[in-house]
Amino acid sequence: MINDPHTRRAGIITGAVVLVVLIFIIRLFWLQIIDQSQKQKADSNALLRQVIYPSRGLIYDRNGELLVFNQPIYEVTLIFQEMRHGFDTLAFCRCLDIDRQEFDERITAIRDKRRNRGFSTYTPQIFMSQLTKQEVASLRETSYKFSGAGIRKRTLRGYTYPYAAHILGSVGEVSQADIDRDDYYQAGDYAGRDGLERTYEQRLRGEKGVEVIMRDSRGRIQGSYHDGAEDVEAITGIDLHLSLDIQLQALAEQLLQGKVGSVVALEPATGEILALASSPTWNPEILVGKQRSTQYNMLLTDPAKPLFNRATQATYPPGSTFKTIQSVVCLQEGGITPQSKYPCSGPSSTPIKCTHHHGSPVSLLNAIEQSCNPYFWNAFRDMLQKDGFGDNNATFRKRYNLWRDDVMKFGLGLRFEGTDIGEQSPGKIPLEREFNRIYGEKGWKAITIRSLSIGQGEVLVTPLQLANQAATLANRGYYITPHLNTELTDAPTLRHETGMDTAWFALTAQGMHQVMTNGTGRWYNIDSLQMCGKTGTVQNPHGKDHAIFIGFAPMDNPKIAVAVVVENAGFGATWAAPVASLVMEQYLTGTIRRKPLYNKISNAVLAHPSAEQ
Amino acid sequence: MTRNSIISGIDWWTIILFLTIALFGWLNIYGASYTFDQTSVFDLSNRAGKQFLWLGIACVLGIAVLFIEGRTYEVIAYLLYAFWIIVLLITPLLAHNVKGSMSWIDIGPIKFQPAELAKMITALALAKYMGRYEYRVRSWRDLLTPSLLLALPAIIIMVWQRETGSALVFASFMLMFYRFGMSGYVITGGLSFALLFICSIRFGEVALPWGEGNVGILLCYLALMAVLVGFAWLHEQDWKNVLVLVGIVVLTYAAGLIINIWYTVNFNIVSLIALLLAMTYFTAIVIYRRHFSMLLVTAYIAIALVFCEGCTMVFNKVLQPHQRTRIEVLLGLKDDPTGAGYNVNQSLIAIGSGQFSGKGFLKGTQTKLRFVPEQDTDFIFCTVGEEWGFLGSAGLLIAYLCFIIRLIVIAERQRDNFSRIYAYCVAGIFFFHLTINIGMVLGLLPVIGIPLPFFSYGGSSLISFTMLLAVLLRLDAERLNKLH
Repeated sequence: MINDPHTRRAGIITGAVVLVVLIFIIRLFWLQIIDQSQKQKADSNALLRQVIYPSRGLIYDRNGELLVFNQPIYEVTLIFQEMRHGFDTLAFCRCLDIDRQEFDERITAIRDKRRNRGFSTYTPQIFMSQLTKQEVASLRETSYKFSGAGIRKRTLRGYTYPYAAHILGSVGEVSQADIDRDDYYQAGDYAGRDGLERTYEQRLRGEKGVEVIMRDSRGRIQGSYHDGAEDVEAITGIDLHLSLDIQLQALAEQLLQGKVGSVVALEPATGEILALASSPTWNPEILVGKQRSTQYNMLLTDPAKPLFNRATQATYPPGSTFKTIQSVVCLQEGGITPQSKYPCSGPSSTPIKCTHHHGSPVSLLNAIEQSCNPYFWNAFRDMLQKDGFGDNNATFRKRYNLWRDDVMKFGLGLRFEGTDIGEQSPGKIPLEREFNRIYGEKGWKAITIRSLSIGQGEVLVTPLQLANQAATLANRGYYITPHLNTELTDAPTLRHETGMDTAWFALTAQGMHQVMTNGTGRWYNIDSLQMCGKTGTVQNPHGKDHAIFIGFAPMDNPKIAVAVVVENAGFGATWAAPVASLVMEQYLTGTIRRKPLYNKISNAVLAHPSAEQ
Repeated sequence: MTRNSIISGIDWWTIILFLTIALFGWLNIYGASYTFDQTSVFDLSNRAGKQFLWLGIACVLGIAVLFIEGRTYEVIAYLLYAFWIIVLLITPLLAHNVKGSMSWIDIGPIKFQPAELAKMITALALAKYMGRYEYRVRSWRDLLTPSLLLALPAIIIMVWQRETGSALVFASFMLMFYRFGMSGYVITGGLSFALLFICSIRFGEVALPWGEGNVGILLCYLALMAVLVGFAWLHEQDWKNVLVLVGIVVLTYAAGLIINIWYTVNFNIVSLIALLLAMTYFTAIVIYRRHFSMLLVTAYIAIALVFCEGCTMVFNKVLQPHQRTRIEVLLGLKDDPTGAGYNVNQSLIAIGSGQFSGKGFLKGTQTKLRFVPEQDTDFIFCTVGEEWGFLGSAGLLIAYLCFIIRLIVIAERQRDNFSRIYAYCVAGIFFFHLTINIGMVLGLLPVIGIPLPFFSYGGSSLISFTMLLAVLLRLDAERLNKLH
């Protein structure tokens, strides 16, 4: 081949080799540098970002009693990609005690991208959740038969006592709205749904951790990625120490059994809530685990509305308990003096009759003691109309606003702010505007709104506000916004001064003490405890009167303030006073000596049959 | 010839490139077969350790080969060829089935694939036959015997041993044939059939507005028309006739368009008619001018037409569903990441995830966790892509490029035909392996299991490639002594 006619072809061949390698390099450039999707696919292939769930913060009562804890629960997950390697569906169903139809339904639900946005065939999907150890036992033993199936441990709430359901609230699966609002959550996560669990969700939940683990092509775990350098440890939620006294709470709930109503007890000096009971209620345990949604629906549809927290959400006219505020405000604004006396003609008094029998004329202390309606009507009128009516009734209306502002300084008419009680009603102290609208600016005088003088009519309060009112009286002129978390106690923003003279409070307290010694509350007094109180019987257009009581004890240096409302029970003196008295006794003495009274009250059924616990 | 003259005559560039690639390959086998409880790179119980052993054996054998006089190969080439044909025939009788292939035999503890060495032996036989002083490629008849020489082992390996990949490698000798006189049309013709096949399948499902036919077949017609006009232009050097040819096509289409005003016309058929008319005219011209060799063009187009129609039919009616899926996945018609496309899909993920500079040695998750099947043999390039990134993998490709170009340089500088032909066979074999293997790993070519030279795990292939190269180096070292 010396005379090679094809020399040129060596160049062509070299060119072809260069071309091929060039094509490969361009392809590599595309795959490795331009197209980023391969990188993501690689990560989802090999890296499993396994969430480590933190344990939720625990909840204790004021004496360090554990109220809410965590209990292990199991969920069964499936990785669809791996189910191809052998999955005995029927045996799987048998292990979990479900039928084939339910299996198919669950699979369809998981695959539904609208309901399960995080769906992927490569990651574990929750097939069934909230199973007990026993329920997953047989699956655990035979899990090798079910490629792609996994058992994951989660925690659920557990409760030491069957009480305080309204306060504690519950934990449930997050909704789509939660997931959209806060990207901390993923489908299937748990979060506080109501009560303190919701208020303190951020601190109780802790911080999820993540463990980046590698798995091979068959899904077998091959260890941690980068020796755990990219793992994030889960941070346990922060515990919550409540001001609640669980023994007192238990007593309050027992006393309300079979009745509709609420009990609120506060420590006056701190505003700490000692007990906050609403009846009917439920055992918090029933809203845990698999039965949660059915039980919740039952509570939701119960005509007695147990989910409604009457202690903070229900509003009632305060009735005669309002006279304690009237006493202070009328003294403060110069409607009356401590020496003022008014005549009372008993049931024939006008415009408001008196329901009690006592001498006439009555003094302030007697009026409180005997709950004399005419006295407070007269005092209210004299306070409002002290400076006459003025042009266009302006002076009167100014006095009304003064009165309204003073009343609201007791914590009425508005929701408590800066506190950790989620669901509250503001109650109502009527605005001048409302009366102007009905009667015209000139058309209303004290007599027009006379019901307000005895706590009836347009004024509305919640039991929590009533208890706070009792605490304000106990403190002789200030209150700390009621709260449950003891960490809030020292917050300066929670302290509210009424700015009214302590002497008026002392006088009113004296009157309330007389209520317990000689007046409407005398049947349930314990002398040694220096109880102060005021009963109320609130007219109810829909049925029997509501029984109301507020009080505190002891008179000097009070330790507890209480408000009790028992709906449709009749006289406050008969049904609300004993409840409050027992609560005070329990808290101040640590025990109940009046067992028959306790039995009588706790066994009494006054409510609609559907309102049973 | 003294020992010193061998050492001085040896092409050290090739040796350096060979060692670089082989050692880098060994490192990557360690990476690919690395598990988390791995002990040592030299542990003989794992593949990296074994590969190191193989590399040692290959080097010893290669050095031994370097001491055998080049003339010996020329002398024993036919004998060796005959002997090896017998070995290839016997192999399946002794072999045990490895994934359907009957090409592996056990020699003591060692598994050996005779097909690997068959390439070298065939190359020697071809070199001897074609290197005869009086041999020239003047017509296709001169290539008949060499074709039979390479077809015999290829057919035995493909049909008798069922080892398609190794058999296809024999096509690499076409490069040598081309260099020594085979018409370039054979290679381009072969490639054109592949393109026609891809075109007709790839676009076979794309419907046309007139209902009948599909885009794939239409594209094939148009391509064939272009070929016809191109040949008329190049070989007849007659612009008038080219004009007539184009005129025929244009007129046919115009007629089609006019008829289309009243009736819906199938432009596939119009295209076919245009092509047939142009073909007839072309044939008439070449017969008239007695350019009978140009009739091959007519024949080519006729065969291609039948081929295109045939492809679609064979594809849809003859092929098994799983074979069809493989082709469809490769052509991007079907996305099947878990089925037929699994290997390639995982391979692309592994390579792509390496990005510019790679994840670092032993840090690749895809290969470590065995997402890529055959990752230390046929898909070893994935490990490079993932752990060494674009830098490493492009670098490796450039190393191969340098290596093959070096082989071509060596081939070109040989003074005797035997060495030259053998050298081109070697260059062709390496080029073919590189193209098919990397093309497969990068998802550009179908999955044909052939190893990456010096790189993939496996003693047989490493030793065969080393010996293939060693023989060439010895022949090259002797070139100065062989002045004619």
